[in-house]
Amino acid sequence: MARIGVLIEEKGGEIKKTHLGALTAARQDAVNEVYALLFGDHAEACREVLQRYGAEKIVAIKTPEPNPASFPEARAGALGLAMDAFRLDALLGVADQSGKDMLARVASLKGAPLVLDCLEIDFSSGIVKKSHFSGRTTATLRLNGRPWILGIRPNIAPEIVHPRKAEILTYKAPIQVSKRLVIREIKQGEAGGPDVSEAEIIISGGHPLGSAENFTILRDCAVVLGAAVGASRAAVDAGFAAHAMQVGQTGKTVSPRLYIACGISGSVQHFAGMKTSKIIVAINNDADAPIFGKCDYGLFGDLFEVVPALTRALGPVRSK
Amino acid sequence: MQIYVCIKHVPDTAANIRPLGGTDFDETVKFIMNPYDEYALEQALQIREKEGGSEVIAVTVGKESAAVTLRFALAMGADRGILVKTDRYFTDSLETSRLLQKAIDMDGSPGLIFTGKQSVDTEGMQIPFRLAALFDLPVVVNVVVFSMAGGTVTVEREMEGDVREVIEMSIPCIVGTAKGLNRPRCPTLPDMMKAKKKELKVVNRADLQIQKPIQTVELLELQTVPDRCRGRILKGSPENMVRELLRLLRDEAKIL
Ligand SMILES: Cc1cc2nc3c(=O)[nH]c(=O)nc-3n(C[C@H](O)[C@H](O)[C@H](O)COP(=O)(O)OP(=O)(O)OC[C@H]3O[C@@H](n4cnc5c(N)ncnc54)[C@H](O)[C@@H]3O)c2cc1C
Ligand SMILES: Nc1ncnc2c1ncn2[C@@H]1O[C@H](COP(=O)(O)O)[C@@H](O)[C@H]1O
Repeated sequence: MARIGVLIEEKGGEIKKTHLGALTAARQDAVNEVYALLFGDHAEACREVLQRYGAEKIVAIKTPEPNPASFPEARAGALGLAMDAFRLDALLGVADQSGKDMLARVASLKGAPLVLDCLEIDFSSGIVKKSHFSGRTTATLRLNGRPWILGIRPNIAPEIVHPRKAEILTYKAPIQVSKRLVIREIKQGEAGGPDVSEAEIIISGGHPLGSAENFTILRDCAVVLGAAVGASRAAVDAGFAAHAMQVGQTGKTVSPRLYIACGISGSVQHFAGMKTSKIIVAINNDADAPIFGKCDYGLFGDLFEVVPALTRALGPVRSK
Repeated sequence: MQIYVCIKHVPDTAANIRPLGGTDFDETVKFIMNPYDEYALEQALQIREKEGGSEVIAVTVGKESAAVTLRFALAMGADRGILVKTDRYFTDSLETSRLLQKAIDMDGSPGLIFTGKQSVDTEGMQIPFRLAALFDLPVVVNVVVFSMAGGTVTVEREMEGDVREVIEMSIPCIVGTAKGLNRPRCPTLPDMMKAKKKELKVVNRADLQIQKPIQTVELLELQTVPDRCRGRILKGSPENMVRELLRLLRDEAKIL
């Protein structure tokens, strides 16, 4: 049996679906004891959903600093101490930007083994799989020595209900808050719309979109699909789309249920960011486009005609 | 101020990586400087150009062949290079960061350390954090805006949901750079010639006097990810293709 802590991020008592997927990944083995770890005061508000997805203990971590979100070093310190206090064998989190930061800080403080962006985790053997070389190869890795710190790729583990009764514990971390690193401000970017790293459906545009205005074709379709809009690097570099929208090796890694690539050639670097999507649809006007060789469904045609047709076809279905 | 830049020698991202069984792969492919490390080096060079008296030192942990990438860093403008020589391609992140830390520590005293946000071969995303813990310095990665004034570094980093955080750190500190920070310069032929005369120190593991290698995370095997097969290609009028696609997504893929 292993005691696994799952780092849960919440906003005002709301928990992102990807984080419930992490709970499921920890719960895969019924013998594991699953601790949901969260900062702040919303443990009670989160109890219902956390226990539904398999948490047995909910640990509310408190720090002396009234505003710990501004001090990632203090948060990491507190999390590390909580792991000791509850003698956790492993800490699992979602490898999104904030998760990667926090997990790497904790692992470094502890000198503990860390693997981020895991695609598969076996808690009984400590063997995990992750991408190497921009998704061209899968590496099988073994973690030696405890505690293991693991980050799972967002959306790789679906959330599955495993009802438990969860008890809430409060942990007051006796830490000194260093002021050498402070988050001063949080700015909203220019991309607008839902974020690709969270989305279950993504519709992405490439360089042929030709302008920022033309991306409205995709945005309109995204609204009826309930999708987020992404972009290739060529589209971002040309100024047609915000950097936050970029999918690929230099952009975001996504695993939606459905990825629709419009006017995207299918470079290795783009695939590095979306090849773990469940279904890939490509719209391209070149019958020899590389993306047709690696998608599930290809639509041979001009995106400026096909995407609006898709929007029209979906519109009435969804509004019913 | 001494500015250290950690640079990794990696296969080109477009290279076809062929696993050869176990942890070996065909290393005859084209190698380059890890793309994110170019932003790190460029930032260091810009600081040196603005603030007189700074020195930029490029440091690599890698096999002997990694010297090529260090030379490239010298051609871009680094003053000196240090190669910590290893005999295997893959080293555990904790081990790599210990080697980097020790090599830097024995060489000088860092005012700033730049790294990339991740290496494109192992996609580890942890060396800057491990270095920060070993040096006991603050660290921020995924940095797309950087400025420095009076002992404080101010950076912006990209987070989820199209959010940017503005963060202040006291110097010395560690900065992990991302695309968008700057436009890395391309060395010219004369730069390449000049780089040949610059100092490139080779250090062996034994010279660093650290305990035996550790492997907290051990690579067992590398396997090719099979490419997705060619998909079903639909042709015809946009309306017909779309209707067929929606049918397939509902009935075959069962995702709508
Ligand atoms: C280190 C490195 C990192 C990189 N990181 C990334 C990354 O993170 N993300 C990324 O995307 N790229 C990345 N790239 C760039 C990548 O190699 C490609 O250059 C890029 O993905 C190409 O973008 P594109 O497909 O939009 O454009 P193009 O290559 O121009 O392809 C456009 C495609 O659209 C088709 N097309 C043209 N007109 C139409 C039309 N009217 N209707 C339908 N189809 C049409 C064409 O047939 C073609 O297939 C990286 C490159 C490097 C070297
Ligand atoms: N072997 C290495 N030698 C020098 N720098 C490295 C090495 N490995 C990683 N780095 C640095 O650490 C950053 C993050 O790497 P990683 O943690 O491997 O994703 C890279 O962008 C480099 O700047």
